[in-house]
Amino acid sequence: MNLLTIAFKSLQQRWLSSFLTGLSVSLGVALMVAVLVLNSVVTKVFEQSGTGYDLVVGPKGSDTQLVLSTIYHIDKPIENLPWRFYRELSEHRLVERAVPVNLGDTTEIGNFPIVGTTPQYFLIDPVPDQKFRVKGDGLRGTWDAVIGSQVARKNHWDVGATFKMVHSGQDDHVHNELFTVRGVLAPTGTPNDRTVFVHIDGFFQLDEHEKPVEEAVEREAKFFGESEDQIRERYKNDIAEMQRHAGHDHSGHHHHHGPPSDLQKEVTSILLVMKGKEGFQRGLAASTLQADLKEGFQAQGVSVVQVMTRLMTNLVGNVRDAFLLLTVLIIAVSGIGIFVSIYNSMSERRREIAIMRALGARRQTVLSIVLLESTLLCTLGGLAGMLMGHLLVFCAAPVIEDRSGLLIDPYTFIGMELVVIPGLVLMAMLIGLLPGMSAYRTDVAEALQN
Amino acid sequence: MSLELRNLRKSYREPGGGTLPVLHIDAFDLPQGEQMALVGHSGGGKTTLLNVISGITSADSGQVIVDGVEISGLVEPARDRFRAERIGIVFQTFHLLPAFTALENVLLGMAFAGRPDGAFARQLLDRVGLGQRMHHRPAQLSVGEQQRVAVARALANRPRLMLADEPTASVDLANQQMILDLLRQACQEHQVSLLLVTHSSEVSSQFERVEQLSQFNRPGDRS
Repeated sequence: MNLLTIAFKSLQQRWLSSFLTGLSVSLGVALMVAVLVLNSVVTKVFEQSGTGYDLVVGPKGSDTQLVLSTIYHIDKPIENLPWRFYRELSEHRLVERAVPVNLGDTTEIGNFPIVGTTPQYFLIDPVPDQKFRVKGDGLRGTWDAVIGSQVARKNHWDVGATFKMVHSGQDDHVHNELFTVRGVLAPTGTPNDRTVFVHIDGFFQLDEHEKPVEEAVEREAKFFGESEDQIRERYKNDIAEMQRHAGHDHSGHHHHHGPPSDLQKEVTSILLVMKGKEGFQRGLAASTLQADLKEGFQAQGVSVVQVMTRLMTNLVGNVRDAFLLLTVLIIAVSGIGIFVSIYNSMSERRREIAIMRALGARRQTVLSIVLLESTLLCTLGGLAGMLMGHLLVFCAAPVIEDRSGLLIDPYTFIGMELVVIPGLVLMAMLIGLLPGMSAYRTDVAEALQN
Repeated sequence: MSLELRNLRKSYREPGGGTLPVLHIDAFDLPQGEQMALVGHSGGGKTTLLNVISGITSADSGQVIVDGVEISGLVEPARDRFRAERIGIVFQTFHLLPAFTALENVLLGMAFAGRPDGAFARQLLDRVGLGQRMHHRPAQLSVGEQQRVAVARALANRPRLMLADEPTASVDLANQQMILDLLRQACQEHQVSLLLVTHSSEVSSQFERVEQLSQFNRPGDRS
């Protein structure tokens, strides 16, 4: 029989009180572990998602809105940019690759966000050192689509499936055109998993996706700081072709007109990979272009990492800190509970302590037994809490994935958890010290007499 | 000699600030293996004497020598260790720990002496007739059985001196003689000296040596 067994027996004797105080520690630790794990996963996802691109270019406005809408599809797009601007950027001396992104529509079934883009989208890694893996041919033809893993799972779609899109606007009408799934993405743990990608040519050919000519001329003149005549002169052939087509009789039939002219095309945002080696060179190129954009155009270039870091620090970080503070408070309250439970038990246990002392237990021995009791409560409660915390993450992972697209590894273990148990042991020592000293000072003769 | 007391003084501080002398013993001896009954009236200092002999309470002055070791000169941790190893105590109200089984109560005494010996603990419980009930908790045992566990626990570390404080006072009549016989026989078998405190003449009459505490303890004597 050792001291640990004696301490365990003592807890066992007061099992209900021991169980309840241990449970309060477990709940605090479970919450803390769940918050830490979920926070690490969310942080990882947010930090990873923009790393393939050096800049996201969009209309002037909120940079956060631009990043959230373009990368995470969780905010409305700001406005659109002229197609000519995309063409110019893709030929810019500092730009290695420019990928257009068009947003706004959703799938008729499942309401998943649609991204109109080019096949080049899939050449940029969604996560560092992890390439897109596509089952099927991918985006090749005008009416081709590639779907994220979650879209495939939830809508039961696979290669060959067809679908229609809902135009997000004042009337939310369904487009007549059918897209065919030509590729299914392997899970990436990013918002791409719950996104449907359609070929940008198809996206442009949908009804109402081309800008009316007069509006397009006015917008482009304003954007580039040119006169409307200059714009008309630039697109005179396209405008003449459109005027010819306007005279054509459409009665009794409906057909696709082919791609609209560049004047009528627009993009929501543009993803840029800069020239040069990854790191400083690309960063410098991105900063230079960012500065140029600020001065010359009604557009902005935004570093995804910078925006996300700010968002993490200001919002997500604060929410996490608030949760952590809450869990620390819960654990502190549990600690007080353990203290009260052990301290209150001391008066009724004074006789037991005196018996042990009469049998030859030293003062330090009874102090150790009390400290072991609080350590056992905290450690067992803590271990159960860690298990419960991971169980919570395990159960919450599919729900979170369904609702947010965040792919959570239920077996995620973070380094900070290693501090939890030593921290609890330290807390147990502090909690047990006062009752332990009370046991230490017990007057054996008096307690035995009573 | 198993127990020697020399010039022993013990007094308590009273709430009013004065002192209440309880023990004043010039000389007292208990030879090794001897069994004696110590008789005294209530409040006469019997329990205090046992506490001083076992080292639970310190004497104000004088010597307590047990098995050749002057325990009154030892520091508290050494006294605790000595008590665990060489002195067995049987209390009037048994003082078993309720969360522990009979066997665990016996093992507990061994644990504090650093001599865990499961086989001997079982043997002792067998000896006191509890071989079939060693995994029962005190609440599941009768009063007589509880005191038998206490006797087994007191013998667990093969003590040289056994102190018994009214061991039959809380036991029903049917069990009183049985407990007394058990205690005396066990002490005889293990060559343990027995100092048994009682106020019962029925109990004391069974001992060859019977001492009145008042005969050698004169707390009011200032000499």
